[in-house]
Amino acid sequence: MSRNGFLPLGDRMSGGNPPGVPAFLSTAAAAVVALLRRVGLWGRGLVIAAPYLWLFLFFLVPFLIVFRISFSDAVIAQPPYSDIVQLLEDTDLEQWKLQITLNLSTYLRLLTDDLYIYAYLSSLKMAAVSTLLCLLLGYPMAYAIARAKPSMRGPLMMLIILPFWTSFLIRVYAWIGILKANGVLANMLGAVGLVDSNWELLYSDVAVYIGITYSYLPFMILPLYATLEKLDPVLLEAAADLGCKPWEAFLKVTLPLSLPGIVAGSLLVFIPAVGEFVIPELLGGPDTLMIGRVLWNEFFSNRDWPVASAVAIALLLFLVVPIMVFQYVQARQQDGEERR
Amino acid sequence: MKRFGGPLGWALWFGYAFLYVPIFLLMLYSFNENRLVTVWSGFSTKWYGELLENTQLLDAAYLSLKVAAISASFAVVLGTLAGLALARFGRFRGRMLFGGMITAPLVMPEVITGLSLLLLFVALEGLVGWPDGRGVTTITIAHTTFAMAYVAVIVQSRLSSMDDSLEEAAMDLGARPAKVFFVITLPIISPAIVSGWLLAFTLSLDDLVIASFVSGPGSTTLPMVIFSSVRLGVSPQINALATVIVLLVATGIFVATLVLARQERQRKRDEQMALQGG
Repeated sequence: MSRNGFLPLGDRMSGGNPPGVPAFLSTAAAAVVALLRRVGLWGRGLVIAAPYLWLFLFFLVPFLIVFRISFSDAVIAQPPYSDIVQLLEDTDLEQWKLQITLNLSTYLRLLTDDLYIYAYLSSLKMAAVSTLLCLLLGYPMAYAIARAKPSMRGPLMMLIILPFWTSFLIRVYAWIGILKANGVLANMLGAVGLVDSNWELLYSDVAVYIGITYSYLPFMILPLYATLEKLDPVLLEAAADLGCKPWEAFLKVTLPLSLPGIVAGSLLVFIPAVGEFVIPELLGGPDTLMIGRVLWNEFFSNRDWPVASAVAIALLLFLVVPIMVFQYVQARQQDGEERR
Repeated sequence: MKRFGGPLGWALWFGYAFLYVPIFLLMLYSFNENRLVTVWSGFSTKWYGELLENTQLLDAAYLSLKVAAISASFAVVLGTLAGLALARFGRFRGRMLFGGMITAPLVMPEVITGLSLLLLFVALEGLVGWPDGRGVTTITIAHTTFAMAYVAVIVQSRLSSMDDSLEEAAMDLGARPAKVFFVITLPIISPAIVSGWLLAFTLSLDDLVIASFVSGPGSTTLPMVIFSSVRLGVSPQINALATVIVLLVATGIFVATLVLARQERQRKRDEQMALQGG
């Protein structure tokens, strides 16, 4: 067995001084490694700990801070919110008091102001309709690709993924030129006399549906294709031999077996679409209310950080169930791959 | 599939047209002389010339490329470790939470991620004095965080579908886990790592919402410049810029696919030779 492999560093450190390195440095390094080993943060432990700590600090902790700030008052200061935890000195009793003030009025406002309720409901509706459109367009595409010759599948899927690599912002922008008054679509429909030249689809809910469907279609097709490709054609032949008509076989065999792909794809589209900001901002009209837009405006225009935080927490509450279903489906699919 | 006609074939062609026609129109109109982008009045490349003189845009592009390269590299290291832990370490304490923290960023609405990270940075600055103001550092951290989740998923699925008998053989021959990783596992999953890096790079280059929350004065990324211009309507310069981006990305993906496919073939051939006792 070769002892001068790449790692572990600790062995090399204790094995003697590499030339040109001061003795105290390698001693210090060896001590650090020994310490990390003792607390289980070396080797296997380090592999888990590095990404774990990163995600804990930059993904989980931020949510707790958002939650905390959603209970504070908006004040004119830098940063523009009051601290809900205060350490006060009671001079009469010569005591220190820890005072926690929870301002619930922000949440009350979310529940009573029509704007927020309407924006939440409208976001759910927009996301649901767009998800359905993605499914209706994506399912036949994924099915056709999964049934194509094996040598064709790779290039066909490549063509699905390629637009996803080009800038999202630019793909949304492309639709402005198509949907605006005197744009490509209006000119085409105008040429055959269907609409007059000032007709436009831009700045409407329909434009937002088109934009979301267009941007998220690859996310729907990828998991659908993954499940449909694994489907054994023998099952369909068996169904046919047993007297199933093709559409019956599709409904009774293909559709149920591709259900995990349908669920995963729909959630990959639905969850981010609920909080979408760019598409309603660029393609939607002034009355296209979506919660991502409301949050953005509360934060950037009104500078009301507590309300923005409360909007985010409420949005998260809406999405907790879909996100957990998504994780469940992901985990099951991963287990399935391992078992194969 | 026996025939590519029929309703299924039509659906496929319609889908591809839906995906590609807007991009092609965008590129076509970038060569339009007219300032009103969609009214054709003659061929011209003048918008490309103006693009080269737009220093605000070029500065932003440089900043975006820098942030994308750094955050993609961090994301690849952290994401590979996370993918390795999820695919190879079986059950460990806190695995549930770990798996959740990996998959949640994939679907988390950007406005939530952006707001929460900004509030973290503000709180940290008040608490320990770091990060001092917001800018390149905070954008890089934010991008690393959501991109590493994508890398982890790619690496994990590559590891799960990979035969671990090679790794076991190396272990049986006495290699330590770290050596097994660097000599056996890493070369085999290198295509996944390369595509992970490219994906992280593109995601970072593309992000508007999160960067808008966590950036500070003086650090404007390319999507922020594009967004503020697009908000005012179509502009021929943006069409020219879009064409440049699409062509660069298409070339990059094409080259990467070719190189990866060649490496994969080479690896297969080597394995075959090894099996035949060559």
